[in-house]
Amino acid sequence: MKLSREEVQHIALLARLGLSEDEIEKFRIQLSDILENFEILKQLDTTDISPTAQSIALQNVLRQDEAKKSYSAEDILANAPQREGNCFKVRAVLE
Amino acid sequence: MSELHQLTISHAHQLLKEKKISAVELTEACLAHLAKMERKVQACVTTCEDVALEQAREADKAISSGKIQPLTGIPALIKDVICTRGIKTTCSSKILANFVPPYDATVIEKLKRAKTVILGKANMDEFAMGSSTENSAFFPTKNPWDLNRVPGGSSGGSATAVATDEAIYALGSDTGGSIRQPAGFCSVVGLKPTYGRVSRYGLVAFASSLDQIGPLTKNVTDCALVLNAIAGHDPQDSTSAPNPVPDYTRSLNTDIKGMRIGIPKDYFVEGMQPEVRDGMEVAIKKLQGLGAEVDREVSLPLTRYALAVYYIIAPSEASANLARYDGVKYGFSSQDAGNMWEAMEKTKQFGFGAEVKRRIMLGTYALSAGYYDAYYLKAQKVRTLIIKEFKDAFEKYDALVTPTSPTVPFKLGEKVDDPVQMYLSDVCTLPINIAGLPAISVPAGFVNDLPFGMQIIGKPFDEETILHIAFAYEQATDWHKNKPPISKISQPS
Repeated sequence: MKLSREEVQHIALLARLGLSEDEIEKFRIQLSDILENFEILKQLDTTDISPTAQSIALQNVLRQDEAKKSYSAEDILANAPQREGNCFKVRAVLE
Repeated sequence: MSELHQLTISHAHQLLKEKKISAVELTEACLAHLAKMERKVQACVTTCEDVALEQAREADKAISSGKIQPLTGIPALIKDVICTRGIKTTCSSKILANFVPPYDATVIEKLKRAKTVILGKANMDEFAMGSSTENSAFFPTKNPWDLNRVPGGSSGGSATAVATDEAIYALGSDTGGSIRQPAGFCSVVGLKPTYGRVSRYGLVAFASSLDQIGPLTKNVTDCALVLNAIAGHDPQDSTSAPNPVPDYTRSLNTDIKGMRIGIPKDYFVEGMQPEVRDGMEVAIKKLQGLGAEVDREVSLPLTRYALAVYYIIAPSEASANLARYDGVKYGFSSQDAGNMWEAMEKTKQFGFGAEVKRRIMLGTYALSAGYYDAYYLKAQKVRTLIIKEFKDAFEKYDALVTPTSPTVPFKLGEKVDDPVQMYLSDVCTLPINIAGLPAISVPAGFVNDLPFGMQIIGKPFDEETILHIAFAYEQATDWHKNKPPISKISQPS
């Protein structure tokens, strides 16, 4: 499985991850190498096997829908890179 | 008598209880020794002396009013992936370099209720991705047995701190071996509990179906004491199990006669260091000598697929979990960008290191349209088969025993540019996370003064049996009494 430059750029776009030219080339080679190691799974027949998402099979863990104490706005905004009043300041979403 | 920082939890507890020492004295001794050790090993990202001394004074108050618990007044170091209210939690990443959590992880709340003392936060591979602690964005931690070698990872800071007596114990996290592999590389005890045994609330997520928090300690008794304090159901973590928590110290007895132990030959992999193979042979004979029924003909043929399964599932989950670092709510935020998308891309480009980016890319690819079935779904199906293979083995055995790693600690820089070789250093530990099983690494010997560990794997929620075997083995050997020579610098009087 050899990845192309365009594929690497497409994956980076999906992940919203900026990459330098050097990184694109480095990951193209390294990811191709790692994917090569995944080919081994094709040896196994998994036709009627159901997938496992987590190992202890707890299902539908629910709680009462009750209001309870949470954090103050000040606590949560304390780490904001940019704030305005009691809001997180973000760049324009629609331009 | 040992110097104070050299004490184990149980010994320090005894002295605190008899009021022969105070928590403040013990904490001061650890902080002074830690400051010296740090110049050599760099196991800590943050030390919080003021918090530690305040907590020690509180512990002394509790002790003088007769309220002492096993961890009261005992100084610990916490892996920097576990949230601590008011104390920076960086995940050894530039993106969280200044992040101060507004809340405590559940394990921290539990430790605070037990009145333990938090000395600081331990270095790690960035976001717990790595096997050498070289992926820390700040600095690599050095192996205390040879400063030119890695301490293992990702909980390399926690393991080094315990090995050098910087802290009496430490917490780590384990997604594919991140507690056990560094425990083996530093010659300390490290336990990954069953998935769901310990709450993950406040553990910064890497791969949510694999992550568990666990103890790194100087011996097996201390391991049981820490597990007692952190285990149990937590309504804040919907994957935390409701199973009752036993008193794990009750498992600590030396009689393992008739215990059925399987040795899966698939873990004695090609490329394994011959001296580690020989050392494991000696360890297995010791278990036999103690009366265990050892079966060496155990075959777990799916083991060879575990590495591929792990490196599909873990990065896939990571790519989803790490999408949150968009520079809006917390963490590093690139201001040097035109529009919103560019800001997000640059935030991640400059905030994340190479291994984190590599895994985000790998996971995004495995989950993307057209590849999902071939990679992610396929890996999840093979995961089902691996779980069944372990289940079948545990019909016949009480525990399985393997090496913790195929080699002794490798040199700093040796594997940083070769991700596949780095990934292979977890080949004996990551199948256990895939199946969600508990496993412990105990010191099992040395090759040219470099340590290796023995891994004991148990049935789901049967930490008791692996602690039992680990304790019996530890009591019959002296490996855990060896200390790295650099840790023996004595205190000025």
